[in-house]
Amino acid sequence: MMRGGLLAVLGLLLMLAIPAQAVEIEEWETDEGLRVLYVAAPDLPMVDLRLTFDGGASRDGDQSGLASLTSAALRHGTADLDADALAERFESVGAEFGTSSLRDMAIVSLRSLTEPDWMETALDTLASVLAEPAFPESDFERARRQALQGLQRERQDPGSVASRRFYELMYGDHPYANWPRGERETLEALQPGDAHDFYRRHYTSGNGALAITGGVDRATAETIAARISAALPQGSAVDPLPPVPVRDEPVEERIAFPSEQAHILIGTPTLRRGDEDHYALTLANHVFGGGGFTSRLFQEIRSQRGLAYSVSSRLQPMAVEGPFRIGMQTGVDQADDAVAALREQLVRWHADGVDADELDASRENVVNSFPLSLASNSDIVGLLGMMAFYDLPLDYLERYIERIQAVELEDLNERLRARIHPDAMVTVIVGGQE
Amino acid sequence: MRGRNLIPALFAALAFAWPLAASATMAEIESDVVEATLDNGLTVLVLEDRRAPVVANMVWYRVGSADEHSGITGISHMLEHMMFRGSEQYEPGEFSRIVSRLGGRENAFTGRDYTGYFQVIGRDHWETVMAMEAERMRHLRLQEDEFQPERDVVAEERRLRVEDQPNSLLREQFMATAFLNHPYGQPVVGWMTDIQAYTVEDNQVWYDRFYHPNNAVVVVVGDVDAERVIAAAREHFGEIPAGDLPELKPRTETPQRGERRITVEAPAELPYLMMGWKAPVLNTLDDPADAYALLVAAGVLDSGEASRFAREIVRGEELAGATSARYSPFSRLDDLFLIAAVPTAATDVETLEAALLDQVERLKDEPVGAGELERVQARVIASEIYQRDSVRSQAFQLGMLETVGVGWQEGDRFVERVRAVTPEDVQRVAREYLVSERRTVGVLDPQPLDGADAPDPAAQPYGDGMGDL
Repeated sequence: MMRGGLLAVLGLLLMLAIPAQAVEIEEWETDEGLRVLYVAAPDLPMVDLRLTFDGGASRDGDQSGLASLTSAALRHGTADLDADALAERFESVGAEFGTSSLRDMAIVSLRSLTEPDWMETALDTLASVLAEPAFPESDFERARRQALQGLQRERQDPGSVASRRFYELMYGDHPYANWPRGERETLEALQPGDAHDFYRRHYTSGNGALAITGGVDRATAETIAARISAALPQGSAVDPLPPVPVRDEPVEERIAFPSEQAHILIGTPTLRRGDEDHYALTLANHVFGGGGFTSRLFQEIRSQRGLAYSVSSRLQPMAVEGPFRIGMQTGVDQADDAVAALREQLVRWHADGVDADELDASRENVVNSFPLSLASNSDIVGLLGMMAFYDLPLDYLERYIERIQAVELEDLNERLRARIHPDAMVTVIVGGQE
Repeated sequence: MRGRNLIPALFAALAFAWPLAASATMAEIESDVVEATLDNGLTVLVLEDRRAPVVANMVWYRVGSADEHSGITGISHMLEHMMFRGSEQYEPGEFSRIVSRLGGRENAFTGRDYTGYFQVIGRDHWETVMAMEAERMRHLRLQEDEFQPERDVVAEERRLRVEDQPNSLLREQFMATAFLNHPYGQPVVGWMTDIQAYTVEDNQVWYDRFYHPNNAVVVVVGDVDAERVIAAAREHFGEIPAGDLPELKPRTETPQRGERRITVEAPAELPYLMMGWKAPVLNTLDDPADAYALLVAAGVLDSGEASRFAREIVRGEELAGATSARYSPFSRLDDLFLIAAVPTAATDVETLEAALLDQVERLKDEPVGAGELERVQARVIASEIYQRDSVRSQAFQLGMLETVGVGWQEGDRFVERVRAVTPEDVQRVAREYLVSERRTVGVLDPQPLDGADAPDPAAQPYGDGMGDL
């Protein structure tokens, strides 16, 4: 329903005086079984491709950092092109080739002009990367050294130190506890063959999906998808991740750090993609700390008390329970006050819920800002990639506003009490003395 | 994470993303900006873009840290924060609540040469937010009880962005070393004791001095009718009288006499090296060729994975884990051509510096290859198209060019000018500007993080609680 196109929503949006234009998601599967989502966006002579694979850091196993290093190694070249030549091929036609790796997904993206010669060079180069990525030892060694330096950079950043420990405490033995950048010991043990094997197992047509948007018609998009699909290794979907153990008691950890600010994180695993409570909790969180300048946390902690520049809460639905997370930074001398203030807000939100005015204001923001989230090709390809990866139904966007509209106050507060547990949260404070 | 942003410097990457039809096949999307100047001096720029039912509405003021003097550094940024804390018509926070209910996303930013406010919002609501911007242009209510906590917020912002970021600490002191009397030596966020000593009156003076229609640019990009936007701007801003603007002192940097060097010690794991050469910009040059040649020189060194630094310093010799080279032709005053890098574990800073300087010397000694030049140009052409994917980016660039004094029309010449750069031009500007008498070098010398030798934050002069609750 890019830019509001799907009919059911169109009606709803018009009722709300939100303009909408017709845009449709088209879906098909390639011969090799790669799911494709496509939206035509003919206005600009550019195309965006986004491949997502179930090959993020949650698939590292005991080789922490492998997914990340595999992703980086896709830039090291192919059987015929070394790293320099590969970069040259993309950049000489103004194409932007990217690889990245999160906890859930591995992403390969390409942005190109649709000028035929230039697009052909970009697509041909992408196909060769996917078909025969080389994992040359010397490049791999360099990438490993860069990854180790990345760990050093994290150690000088209190926010990264806090985040790493936060995930360890939240997820324990679950794969989400694994830090995507890896550990020194595991990085040092990785071999180029490990990246090669990880690639063959995870970057397959049966374990991924492709999102396409831009100035290419359906027939051209199908040709592009077929080429990419044929280039990928064949393989099947990996097994689902294990469930996240339920936490039933709080834990707090303080880590000394020579910083002026303490970095505070409070949260717990909460929500997975496709959970029906997503809508109620999204609105509840918008009121609490997800709504930017108007949220309670911003008002109480920043505007009223001046304790922080940045304070917010976020719900991050993932393949299995992703975190609900409150974050702020404050001068080390007032860290205790700040933690107490956050907890007070958290407890009040949970116990008393939100009120009707707050719900109305948040709902209006979510509904009325919907066209903004589909306003650019970047937005669209990002959403398509997310939908494809999490296997969301094609009417997900179409029904999103409808479901947000359907949330009732009492139900929201009931779901908030049921799903958020202030007395069983992880708290990490990095900064100041122990 | 939302927050009001600082833009301490324009990045070369930004400069690379500027519109103009570059080849015959792209001619059909050439920009079509409509400009109007109201009787009170307000400039209005409108660009229709109907790809999506959204609009970017921006107001830019020609005031930033370059207008500040010692003792009140960062006051432009502080005032930016106060613009959200109440006016005659809207109580504190109400502006943001209205924008939020309309589904808008808003923020503000302060740079060296400008302060800007924006909303991105559905196409039915741009006039509502435009009217609200007009109201706060002259009817801000600066109040002590709103100011006090916001000053603490700004102090926290500085801690977050600078004090606890070793590379930012180096950058700040590096700039202060490179420029003695020229205002780009001052941090946009302001020095900590300056922040802690602001008063409401400082903000009022700044607001009254600079927030006038004849010192502002309104930019609207998106699903709008240009004539309607200009009519609305007349309606909402037209009654505001022009103000007396202060005459800008030149503050031209005193001639540098020899290379400058500093070391910054901070708790960190990794060293960091910065080098900058004083360089002219479009505003200070009679002939734009030098500025564009410097832009291309930075692109040859470091734009993309195929550029020289990536090939030779990061991959080839493996002396650095990360590098950058940047230069922007778009600022009010002379600026720096900047190179920065993080040495690898096996490299000392001196070796890295020598290798980077060798690359600079190579720009002087031999002409850039045709393929390299084509690659840089291809990236510029592509960026020009990609840029149009976002109404906010397009509005930002129009406002930025206009506010720094270059004029938005420069955007229409950008690709053409980049394409006109020859290998000889690059060689000439490298020889003229990338010389030791114009150079400042800064090195971050990492100190232990374990606390043994780390400074006690409470012992810092600005940790005295002045800004704390």
